[in-house]
Amino acid sequence: MRVNVTVNGEQRQADDVWEGESLLFVLRERLGLPGSKNACEQGECGSCTVYLDDVPVCACLVAAGQVQDREVRTVEGLADGDSLDPVQEAFVEAGAVQCGFCTPGLVVQAHDLLDRVPNPSDPEIREALAGNLCRCTGYEKILDAVRLAASRR
Amino acid sequence: MDFLRPETLAEALELKASRPDAVPIAGGTDVMVELNYDHRRPSALLDLTRVPELQQWSGGLRVGAGVPYVRIIDELGDQLPGLAMASRTVGSPQIRNRGTVGGNLGAASPAGDTHPVLLASDAVVEVASVRGTRMIPAAEFYLGVKRNALEPDELIVAVHLTPAQGPQQFSKVGTRNAMVIAVCSFAISLFPDENRVGAAVGSAAPTPRRALEAEQFLASALDFKAPKPLLDSVKREFGELVSRAASPIDDVRGSAAYRKHALAVMARRTLGWAWQELLDGERACA
Repeated sequence: MRVNVTVNGEQRQADDVWEGESLLFVLRERLGLPGSKNACEQGECGSCTVYLDDVPVCACLVAAGQVQDREVRTVEGLADGDSLDPVQEAFVEAGAVQCGFCTPGLVVQAHDLLDRVPNPSDPEIREALAGNLCRCTGYEKILDAVRLAASRR
Repeated sequence: MDFLRPETLAEALELKASRPDAVPIAGGTDVMVELNYDHRRPSALLDLTRVPELQQWSGGLRVGAGVPYVRIIDELGDQLPGLAMASRTVGSPQIRNRGTVGGNLGAASPAGDTHPVLLASDAVVEVASVRGTRMIPAAEFYLGVKRNALEPDELIVAVHLTPAQGPQQFSKVGTRNAMVIAVCSFAISLFPDENRVGAAVGSAAPTPRRALEAEQFLASALDFKAPKPLLDSVKREFGELVSRAASPIDDVRGSAAYRKHALAVMARRTLGWAWQELLDGERACA
């Protein structure tokens, strides 16, 4: 089937999409957007977190056909040209990125948190990021990054 | 595989009647896992996310099957505190943004987080087909492990719940707070005007189930009109009766013996919390 979807503000079209395919597969393999990462394929790890109509979701759990005529925003759509989003900058500065695999999902999820809650408490940050797994950092520097991004907004 | 995309409930029911093998999908948090892992290859997916009738609630209270957990937590927590508490324990924020009570009912996993609340709160499940509508009490909806009372041409349309008439509590045991399937869970609803409670266990039997003897015990042991502090003996007996209502198995998440023990603990604690809320309410009114 064909899927028409707005991705990062641009009207996109994917062809020969299998009806049981996930949004994540469409983004990575058909639209050339490999920022969202494929790890668990069951919503456990959060690495594929993207905005769907402004709500963060696991792209691996959205059927491709469900995004027809809807709006998706991926990690690639956060930066403004060459200038990173404040959340991305804070992740770099705080040392919240090690192997980097979980980073795109965490950045999108943290971005949404700060949009909804400009000055989150630590429990609020932990709760918001509870569905994003990181095996490198031990999370402390990720919490630092979110606090840093919040302080700059 | 076909991808069916109805835009009204009537259209969805027509499609389900002509394609009873089509698998309904809303939040996708269960269905997509099965597809991603090659556990299921249905001949069609029936996407319900564009059916407006399923995304709304009305009256007092009919909650559309496609309302995501996050909206129940944020917008219905005052009226349905027990359901909101259980919804808060589902998966992660990303999962709660997508997952629905309708999906919980459709999957009918014995470990589904909202089932004990629906049972303890006398919820009624509204299902529909081109043949008409059926209202199925939650207690009659769960038939076996991942089996429910739905006919092949039917869709889950809504859940009917009365706004809480008294304190409600929910408790769940898992290895951490987020992203866990319940080892076991428990819900209690107080109906002070009717001198009774609803109580139900999850993940501790082939289906979620009510703890009827425990409910009857409290109805006779408690005075809802002039509530006094709970006796330890009442809490203990209630916990024992709840534990006895379960018939758990040993599995990867926990042993049957642990589940029985944990249920008794959760029953005692949640009763304590709910009863305290009732006492505090009485004091505030006095």
